[in-house]
Amino acid sequence: MAKRKQIDRRWIFLLIFLGVALPLIIKVGLPVEITKNVQMVYELVENTPKGSTVLISFDYDPASMPELHPMGLSLLRHCFQRDIKVVFTAMWPMGVQMAEDIVTTLKPDFPKKKYGVDYINLGFKAGGMVTIQSIGKDLKKIFPEDMYGSPITEFPIMQDVNNYNNIAFVFSLSAGAPGIKEWVQIVSDKYNRPTSGGCTGVSAPAILPYVNEQKQLTGLLAGLKAAAEYENLVGKIGSATSGMDAQSIAHLIIISFITIGNINYWRKKNKQKKDRKK
Amino acid sequence: MKRKIPLIITFTVGVLLIIAEFIPHKPFGTLSGELEEWFLVISGFAIILGQLSLLKVNTFKIKYKQKDWQYSIITLASFFFMVGFGLLWGTGKSSGIFGHGEVISAVIGIKPFDYLFQNVYQHLQATMFSLLAFFIASAAYRAFIGRNLESNLLLIAAVLVMLGNTTVGGLLTSWLPESLNFLHLPKVSEFIMTYPTTAGQRAIMIGAGLGIIGSSLRIILGIERSYLGGE
Amino acid sequence: MRRILICLFLFYSILLFSQEFIFTAKDKPNDDGSAILIEWDASDYEPDKIILERQDTKGNFLEIKKLSDFLGVFEDGNDINAGKTYFYRLSLYDVVGNLISQKSAQITAEAQWFNTEKISLLIMTIILTAAIIYFIYSARSGKELYIRKISGLESMEESVGRATEMGRPILFIPGTLDLDDMQTIAGLTILGKLAQKVAEYNTKLLVPVCRSMVLSTAKEVVEEAYLKAGNPDAYDPDSVFYLTDDQFGYVAGVDGIIVREKPAANFFLGAFYAESLILAETGFASGSIQTAGTAMPSQLPFFVVACDYTLIGEELFAASAYLSKDPHQLGSLKGQDLGKAIFVIVLLIGVILEIFNVHILKDFLSLH
Repeated sequence: MAKRKQIDRRWIFLLIFLGVALPLIIKVGLPVEITKNVQMVYELVENTPKGSTVLISFDYDPASMPELHPMGLSLLRHCFQRDIKVVFTAMWPMGVQMAEDIVTTLKPDFPKKKYGVDYINLGFKAGGMVTIQSIGKDLKKIFPEDMYGSPITEFPIMQDVNNYNNIAFVFSLSAGAPGIKEWVQIVSDKYNRPTSGGCTGVSAPAILPYVNEQKQLTGLLAGLKAAAEYENLVGKIGSATSGMDAQSIAHLIIISFITIGNINYWRKKNKQKKDRKK
Repeated sequence: MKRKIPLIITFTVGVLLIIAEFIPHKPFGTLSGELEEWFLVISGFAIILGQLSLLKVNTFKIKYKQKDWQYSIITLASFFFMVGFGLLWGTGKSSGIFGHGEVISAVIGIKPFDYLFQNVYQHLQATMFSLLAFFIASAAYRAFIGRNLESNLLLIAAVLVMLGNTTVGGLLTSWLPESLNFLHLPKVSEFIMTYPTTAGQRAIMIGAGLGIIGSSLRIILGIERSYLGGE
Repeated sequence: MRRILICLFLFYSILLFSQEFIFTAKDKPNDDGSAILIEWDASDYEPDKIILERQDTKGNFLEIKKLSDFLGVFEDGNDINAGKTYFYRLSLYDVVGNLISQKSAQITAEAQWFNTEKISLLIMTIILTAAIIYFIYSARSGKELYIRKISGLESMEESVGRATEMGRPILFIPGTLDLDDMQTIAGLTILGKLAQKVAEYNTKLLVPVCRSMVLSTAKEVVEEAYLKAGNPDAYDPDSVFYLTDDQFGYVAGVDGIIVREKPAANFFLGAFYAESLILAETGFASGSIQTAGTAMPSQLPFFVVACDYTLIGEELFAASAYLSKDPHQLGSLKGQDLGKAIFVIVLLIGVILEIFNVHILKDFLSLH
């Protein structure tokens, strides 16, 4: 690759740093528009009957927290608002902590929600695709105990839940593999149950093909913008909406640099043309 | 013989798994899951190999004072600290050799392993991931130069998607009348992501899928053997 | 008046007896005999409570589900075994708790020997496999097969030469997934060819890996390559080493190696996630010649931007055949191309049929 004379990368890094850091300190509060895929996820939750049980899998770790955590928070808030029971699982070891953190954050807003009745954390299970497949056969065999080591048959929420047929929909908050793709391939393709998910902005193009007419995925929350949109739909503004200011400004800085890069290129090209004419 | 046995195993298992995909009857239906579980068990044991390699390479570096050997001390110290804390006082709800380490937990709030995990490891991870923001900016600056028709199209699409993904993008075209709503920047961005991008992604996915089938068949039939270390 | 009353009585009697509720138990098709489908329709009765029971081994009916809808399908997959017969009973109750109606059904769970839902997949598998195998064996005839130039693979020699001239090492990353991913295996096959060239030129090779299984395979591959190149003494067992299983820990480690060792050439061939750009940009900044290849569509743009050569999707899997020039392997690529042509034709027919609202092909190809 031809290495042209360019701006020192460190200038770009500095401006990006300032562009991301400043809006997080000084809040701007720019409005957010709702897109189709986010609306689909919202409607999936809205159309789920009260008292149904859903499965949310936390397939990410702290590295993807800024994008995926606000999604999980808004989604769980929405489920609790609609009296939907939630079963948490994690295909990533650190996903368990992510789920715990979200529940702790929401606890003051939903003091009546009881562990084992309205929600349960089944913890982490290794195996990815194999585990997801096995849940379809017998969930209680794969997760005989919750994350604290208590038998799950003791909890009222698990009485009627044996496999995906007893789950209204599955939602995966995913930062890679195992993640949304694996859930789609098993839950949607094999068991024909509604499946949805949230992913980081950078992996969205690879997941978007699954949001299709066959509804392999029912909507998708892709990146921080989708998280901000969902926060707005649920009516509780959080870190994603304020993070959107930072993202917007960072994008504008990148666009400015692209413009500078192009101006430099055209100036150089014109100069070369003139030199040739001489 | 050293080569023949793996080749026979590969062929038998490969053919069995392809057949099993279409037969739900036992034992075929559960075959793929069972074999994947075997893989997990084997890879669990293989972790020991990885740890031994890590220890060996870094110990040698320190012992023979190779270039940048000081970094190896940090690697080994971090390794032994984490393993040691986990073994001695356990993690989460599980106890270690010395129980739950209540005395230390009283001082730092949680178990030493969990303390390091939450206050060091998690932040280091997030830091590495956040480097992506800086690298995306510098890569975009280099990549999006309008040299010809194709690169101009790429440049325009990139700017539209980026603007559409910002709140500013929405504000810029919010004045458009309802009849021109399809030109609204978030809508344009969504369109580009849903149709042209997805179409391209699918084409690559289909090509890669065919490539995987071709490679798998070459391996099953024993034509491709380089992964075994030989032709 | 009496006549009217008799008529009304008769009318209500007929109405009551004509009220029928449907209750059937069926074996779930295309499974391993581990589920029973229960279908019911009690919408004529509009009961307050619908209870589904199953007989246990002692002959007692135990409640398995309170059904909330008047009609629907319930899949009982709890402790169902192929070859066994199960008895079900559905009871309808009114608001006071009186039994309105009850029906029972029996069914034997059966495991199927062929999943009919996957017939389209089977047909496609047979066509594709037959095409590939046909071309593999027809390549025996010795007819030369054309394969287009893949610059990323052509550059291998140039990279090794440059590294030798500069006296700097070559870095090879076989992705961040384990051996069960085809991309990792594809990466390792290329590593074999690269290591052979490295052994011939006597250059230093660095292969940090993030999976223990990949470690042992990569070691074997590199050692064999040195042996084949006739330079086994030059093989350094520590040139292939393990860093960590953790994604970003691994990235930090590799970035450290790039910054400190300043490799002349970097090869990123395998499965990558968010780490792709971090690795490739660090390599770019250190001035290495970079070749990348992955079948992860979302990471390809990053590699295209930051690397000199990129193998896109299937090119990664074609690399082994391309480098070995073995006619059998090249034949399989031709088979793949035929498969691609079939896909394009089916896609076009599908699009045309869908435009005219004919869904036969779409329904046939759907796995549901």
